Amino acid sequence: MLESATILFSSTLLFFASGAIGALVCARHHDLCRRVTHGFVFGGSVLIFGLSILGLLGGTFELVLPGILPFAGGLALGLDRLSAFFLLIIATGVAPSALYAISYTRHYPQKQSSMGFMLNIFVPAMMLVVLARNVLTFLLFWEAMSLASYFLVMTESEHEETCKAGWLYLVMMHAGLACLLIGFLAMSQASGTFDMSEWARSASGIDMGMRNLVFLVMAAGFLSKAGAIPFHVWLPRAHPAAPSHVSAVMSGVMIKLGVYGLIRIAFEWLGQGPAWWGAVILMVGAVSALLGVLYALVQHDLKSLLAFSSVENIGIILLGVGAGLLFRAYNLGSLASLALVAGLYHCLNHAIFKTLLFLGAGAVVEETHTRNMEEMGGLLKRMPHTGGYFLIGSLAIAGLPPFNGFISEWLTFQALMLSFNIPVQFLNLLFALSIAALAMTAGLAAACFVKAFGITFLALPRGETVDQAHEASRTMRASMGLLSVACLALGVLPALVLRPLSNTIAEFIGDRPELSFNWNNISAADVFAVIAPFWMAMILVVLILTVWVGLHAFGTNFHRRYYETWGCGRALQTAAFEYTAAAFAYPFKRVFALLYRSIEETEIEAHPESRFFVKTITYRHETRSIIEDSVYAPIAATVRRLAAKARKLQSGNVHSYLFYILVALLALVLFAK
Amino acid sequence: MKLLLRNIFKTHVVTESGRPSVDEHIEMIGGRIHEQVRKQFGRSLHIREVDPGSCNGCELEITGLNSPYYDLERFGLQFVASPRHADCLLVTGPVTRNMADPLRRTYDATPDPKLVVAVGDCSRDCGIFAGAYGVVGPVSAVIPVDVVVPGCPPTPRAILAGILQALESRKIRSVR
Amino acid sequence: MTLEVAITVLQWLVAVLGAPLLVGIVRKTKARLQGRRGAGVWQPYRNLRKLLVKEVVISGTTSWVFRLTPYVVISTMLLSALMVPVLTTSGALPFLGNIIMLMSVFLLGTFFLALAALDAGSSFGGMGSSREMAIAALAEPTVMIAIFAIALRAGSTDLNEMVRRSVSDPLLLLNPGHLLAFLSFVIVALAETGRLPVDNPSTHLELTMIHEAMILEYSGRYLALIEWASSIKLFLFLTLLGNIFFPWGVAVTPEPVALVIGVVALAIKLGVLALGLAILETSVAKLRLFLVPELLSGSFLLALLAVISFFFLR
Repeated sequence: MLESATILFSSTLLFFASGAIGALVCARHHDLCRRVTHGFVFGGSVLIFGLSILGLLGGTFELVLPGILPFAGGLALGLDRLSAFFLLIIATGVAPSALYAISYTRHYPQKQSSMGFMLNIFVPAMMLVVLARNVLTFLLFWEAMSLASYFLVMTESEHEETCKAGWLYLVMMHAGLACLLIGFLAMSQASGTFDMSEWARSASGIDMGMRNLVFLVMAAGFLSKAGAIPFHVWLPRAHPAAPSHVSAVMSGVMIKLGVYGLIRIAFEWLGQGPAWWGAVILMVGAVSALLGVLYALVQHDLKSLLAFSSVENIGIILLGVGAGLLFRAYNLGSLASLALVAGLYHCLNHAIFKTLLFLGAGAVVEETHTRNMEEMGGLLKRMPHTGGYFLIGSLAIAGLPPFNGFISEWLTFQALMLSFNIPVQFLNLLFALSIAALAMTAGLAAACFVKAFGITFLALPRGETVDQAHEASRTMRASMGLLSVACLALGVLPALVLRPLSNTIAEFIGDRPELSFNWNNISAADVFAVIAPFWMAMILVVLILTVWVGLHAFGTNFHRRYYETWGCGRALQTAAFEYTAAAFAYPFKRVFALLYRSIEETEIEAHPESRFFVKTITYRHETRSIIEDSVYAPIAATVRRLAAKARKLQSGNVHSYLFYILVALLALVLFAK
Repeated sequence: MKLLLRNIFKTHVVTESGRPSVDEHIEMIGGRIHEQVRKQFGRSLHIREVDPGSCNGCELEITGLNSPYYDLERFGLQFVASPRHADCLLVTGPVTRNMADPLRRTYDATPDPKLVVAVGDCSRDCGIFAGAYGVVGPVSAVIPVDVVVPGCPPTPRAILAGILQALESRKIRSVR
Repeated sequence: MTLEVAITVLQWLVAVLGAPLLVGIVRKTKARLQGRRGAGVWQPYRNLRKLLVKEVVISGTTSWVFRLTPYVVISTMLLSALMVPVLTTSGALPFLGNIIMLMSVFLLGTFFLALAALDAGSSFGGMGSSREMAIAALAEPTVMIAIFAIALRAGSTDLNEMVRRSVSDPLLLLNPGHLLAFLSFVIVALAETGRLPVDNPSTHLELTMIHEAMILEYSGRYLALIEWASSIKLFLFLTLLGNIFFPWGVAVTPEPVALVIGVVALAIKLGVLALGLAILETSVAKLRLFLVPELLSGSFLLALLAVISFFFLR
């Protein structure tokens, strides 16, 4: 076991290295370049999948290289079940994206070499973050991951919007990194070692105040990577700006690494924490879920909608994680495991269906040359396979049976409902409100994806570019098809994942989750809740067939005649009569007007001869982000003010600079004592 | 609220009893629908009212059909909003130029098998609007008609009788 | 085993075949209250039978989603009828009784219906779709919190288990939380089944329609399936209101005597609820669309109070 894991690991690194070298070597032969580099990424991710299976079956390995950067502790890597599960998430997200990218990247002619190269750095960096066992390794590959993804986001840097998105992404990533650095270094100093697995053992000896501080700082860092509110502002800009397969990997996989870090610090590296840690995470999760989906609803850019939906799903995952922390604080170990199973299962499911949705959106955007849903429509007839896969992704993300999103949302509900076992009334109320938030999120997510799928694929085209859209290429369709099958399989046979996941969590927390399942049903806390997803799916299919047969038996008239849509006898039926994305979202804008604080503008351009002859009417109903206005804008304004004051120091006078150096030296000498 | 509930419970059922029959001459045209279908329609008929140009006198009488006194629902008849849901088109008035096309579209949007009942003298032969510049012709000039209920306007009882007779009649006299 | 299967099939048939009768009773009662004779209670069956004779007229702008939706909607409703304890808790499918799964199955049907409404490319469809999803989304938290309130007392989110525990321990029902949960669930039932004051099922004005606007393009057998599905939804919601909150009469053992009592009890409960629904629909006017969220947040508060009362009274 030990040797096979190390062999797999080394071959994975070899694949990615070859891919990176291949990108540089084949830089001029575009077609060869994209096939080779993304082929290597695909191969590497399949190997990562193999490594994760090995790890989930109990295989571990360790690799310590003290020779590299010895002053900072050297490199240390190790595989345990939790890392193996996150490797599974990485593989599930990256493999289809790489397959997709083989033909998708033909639309970026000059940039294929740099994209391929960066992807071959990005994916192994993520893998190595998950395998990291000491501070240097973790932070080194964390930064490598951030930088590689930054360059991938900046692929289309000729657009100003992309540059702004990349810049914000860079700033937020490094702000997060600063938080992580503070936390990691403080904890290393307090526990005396750079090795994180040692921290768990010495954690109880460290002062509680220090641990609380470290938790807050590191949680802020990890939550900014995960894209939880209020640190999410980079997500809805960076993900739409990046090429779609990169958005898929970032949204499906990279943000989960923030969750990985959070789980590690809260459950393992910082020891047993107080209950308020879990309460904070629970509240962040509830707010992220609700606000994420509310902002997703009002987007008319398809990829921004998917990006905000990622914020929402991170919120759902954090609800599970927060509940787990709270249960653990009250020594309800098996319930904590159940909550964590729910959260991690949602991590995997989200990786699958979000990747599927981004890949589908990428195909659509590529064919229609626009990201604006208001110019799409009727694509189901022109791109039937893409549309079908996108529908499956939408059903899965809306949490509808018989797909995988339903199972993880159900588990999260059960974990939240079982909170009545905690004897603190305030927490009971908090949990009740979280259940309400999750329920509202589920309903709003369904509405959001009715909009996303319905406006994009159904009815008549709203723009001129739709007519020349044709179906995506074979590898693109194959990648989406694979993910759709996974969505259905994990929804009908959840035991496939629940078994290794339960073992993982049992090993990680020490208690088996309050969950029993076999191939056709799941029950949480014995008789508290039971579902049988397999039988449900079977019965649903049988019923559809029965209805069809029954109709025939009844002598039903099966004649079908095609005629125009009923428009009250109107002579014309064009796309102008259809509902738009903005119109669909209008009831939500009204109900949640306090949140959106939207601005309504109507511009009427009239004929110069007479104001009664109207040429054009432009109507805009823009929503504003309450967090950006009330949190980030003041911070940015303050920073700008302070920077303006600090600029006075840069007088350009050499003498004053020499004076500053003198003052700094004196201060150092004084304080170093 | 109390007043409303008291009124609801105090009011008795005011529907007239029995099936309406009239002495007036109801015209039946053609035998376009199958006997079996006629039986189904006899117990459940969804009606879509179309007004391609009437003076609304017939509409007022048709509105009376929904009132508690005439109550057409007790015969299984019901007015619907969409022609896709309808089995019978109730057309009033002559067909004006602007409404000829919408009338035809409404007819085409209604699924087969369907009936068309033309109500009033205007729908039969344009009535007092015959020869006017805005009028295309009677309803039968635009869509095929099954039953004509004459009158200006016909009483609700006559309209009801016309529809019911169309569904019950086994012997269809073909006129034209 | 065969007895349980027979019982399950029986209660399923009662639900799916008796649903149009329930709708007929509600309409007849409303007619009587309006002072007219109204159609017979068997009219909905005649309507469905007639619709099967009609052809289907489809718009050319629609896709296979439009044609698949009626089948998805009816099969989700037929599946739901298997999940609800209509007559008895000892059916052959005890693993299919989870109430959260039931609500998700309802949402699946609503999702497809909303898509089909957008598919035809008409303004009415889009409007109905957007409004329906807004109300479904806003009703969800109330549903979940009401379920939570009941599950807390019954110790389970399984419908059969809830009924069984309530029957065996009547004291569980004697608390203020129970009444609060019942009231909030009534409001949610009205919202989900599209009855007054949230939505008028017999309106002809498209701008006032929510559920009806989504089915304006359907005809023939598709319309028959969707109408039947709506009646089953109403039946199931009223059954849930009757059997979860007032579980007396539900058969907990598979004996024939208990089943007969179950049928009689169901008839009485549904009769009372249908009468109440008819009186409510006759005496209130439809709420303006943007006042419906206020109604739903009111019901949410009731449900939340039900949950809080559990925690403070234990």
